[in-house]
Amino acid sequence: MRHLMSPLDFSTAELDQLFDLANDIEAHMDKYSSACHGKKLATCFYEPSTRTRLSFEAAMLNLGGSVLGFSDAGSSSAAKGESVSDTIRVISCFADICAMRHPKEGAPMVAASKSAIPVINAGDGGHQHPTQTLTDLLTIRSLKGRLNHFTIGLCGDLKFGRTVHSLINALVRYEGIKFIFISPKELMLPDYITDMLKEKNIPYEEVIRLENIMPELDLLYMTRVQKERFFNEEDYVRLKDFYILDKAKMELARPDMLVLHPLPRVNEISVEVDDDPRAAYFKQVQYGVYVRMALILTLLNIKVD
Amino acid sequence: MLNVGKIEEGFVLDHIKAGKSLSIYHHLQLDKLDCTVAIIKNAKSNKMGKKDILKVECDIDMLDLDVLAFIDHNITVNVIKDGEIVSKKELLLPREIKNVIRCKNPRCITSIEQELPHIFVLADEEKETYRCKYCEEKYSGAI
Repeated sequence: MRHLMSPLDFSTAELDQLFDLANDIEAHMDKYSSACHGKKLATCFYEPSTRTRLSFEAAMLNLGGSVLGFSDAGSSSAAKGESVSDTIRVISCFADICAMRHPKEGAPMVAASKSAIPVINAGDGGHQHPTQTLTDLLTIRSLKGRLNHFTIGLCGDLKFGRTVHSLINALVRYEGIKFIFISPKELMLPDYITDMLKEKNIPYEEVIRLENIMPELDLLYMTRVQKERFFNEEDYVRLKDFYILDKAKMELARPDMLVLHPLPRVNEISVEVDDDPRAAYFKQVQYGVYVRMALILTLLNIKVD
Repeated sequence: MLNVGKIEEGFVLDHIKAGKSLSIYHHLQLDKLDCTVAIIKNAKSNKMGKKDILKVECDIDMLDLDVLAFIDHNITVNVIKDGEIVSKKELLLPREIKNVIRCKNPRCITSIEQELPHIFVLADEEKETYRCKYCEEKYSGAI
C-alpha cells in the first residue's frame, strides 16, 4: 500500500504516469465518473483549509465516490486528546483513503505508519504540501508540454514559502531548468536550498526586482509577500510594489510565458492580469482537481479502461 | 595513580572526550545492565591531555554501539575476549537513531504526541547531518 507524504515519493517516471492519467481524466471526464463508486474519502483536516479540502472532495465526487471527514481539530476527537495514530486506525474502518491536513509537521507520516488505508498528506505545517506541488507540475506539463528545459522565476516570499521550496525540489529532477529567484533580501531562499543547487550544478540567479528579468522567463511563479515578514514598515512600503505583477510588467514578458500562483492571491497579482491568456493560476486550480483524481485512483489501484 | 584492573570479556571505550563518559553510560543504557562498569574520568592522555575511559564487562553482543559514532566517532572501541584486545571496532554513523536526541522543532508532531519515539535519520554522511524523521528539522546541538 502506498501513501503520499512528499512530492519526491514518486519517481519522475511514476509522476509521468500520474500526469498522463490526469490528462486523460481532463479529456475524458465521463469515463471516470463512477470509477470510485462505493469508495469513501475521509478528509481529516485538523486546521481549516477550505480550498484544499474542497479540491479533494470535488476530486472524489467526480470519481463517483463519497466523502466524509472533519474540517478543524475542534470538531474532531483530537480535541479530546486522541492521538493521530488512534484517529487513523478508527478512520481506516470508515473510509478507503484519507487526505490529512495537520498543523504539526510529520503528523500525516505518523498516521501513514499506522494506517490500513492510503494516506495523502494534504499539508503539514510548514513542511510539505505534495498535492500543491503535483498540481504545479501538472499545470506546467499540460500548458508547456514539458517539464524540462525552461527558465522559471519564483517571486515573493522565498524564505518561508513551503510551496516554493517543494517545487524547487521537484524541478531539480528534470534537465535544463534555470531558476531565477526574485525577492527582497529579507525573504531570500534559505541557504540549504541554494547550497543544494550549487552542489547539483543547477544554474540560478537571485535578483531584487521583478521587471528586470521578465523577458527571460518561460514561467513565473508568484507568491505573496506578507507585511508581517518585514522587519520594518519602511522596507515593506519601499519594496512591496516590486512584487506586484501588473499589466506593465506583463508587457515585458514573452508572449508564451505563464503565470502561476498557489492562491489565495491578495494583491501580488493585479486583477488586470487575470484576463491575460498567460495568467494560468485559475487553470492551476482545475489541474489540482485532476491531479487529485489521478492520485486517488493510483493509490486505490483502480484502473479504468 | 588510580588502577583499574583488566576485564575478561567486554569493551574498553577509550579516548572519550573528558567529561562525556557519564552521558555515554546513559546512552548505552549501561544503568540497565547487570554488569561491571568502570567509569574513569579525566585520565591522562598524551593525545588529548585529558580523556575519559569506560570499561564494560559483558557479553560482546550485548551492547548496541551504533549510537557511539553519533556522539563522538573519535572514540576507540576495543573488543576484549579472554583478557586480550581481539579487535578494534570501527564506528560507523548509524542510519537512524532512536530516542537519543529530541526534536526541538515546536511545530513537529513529536512536540504534542509524547509517546512517539524521537527518530533521527542520517541525511548527509559527509556533513554528519541528522534530520528528524517526521518534520525533517536538522539536528543542531551537542549531546
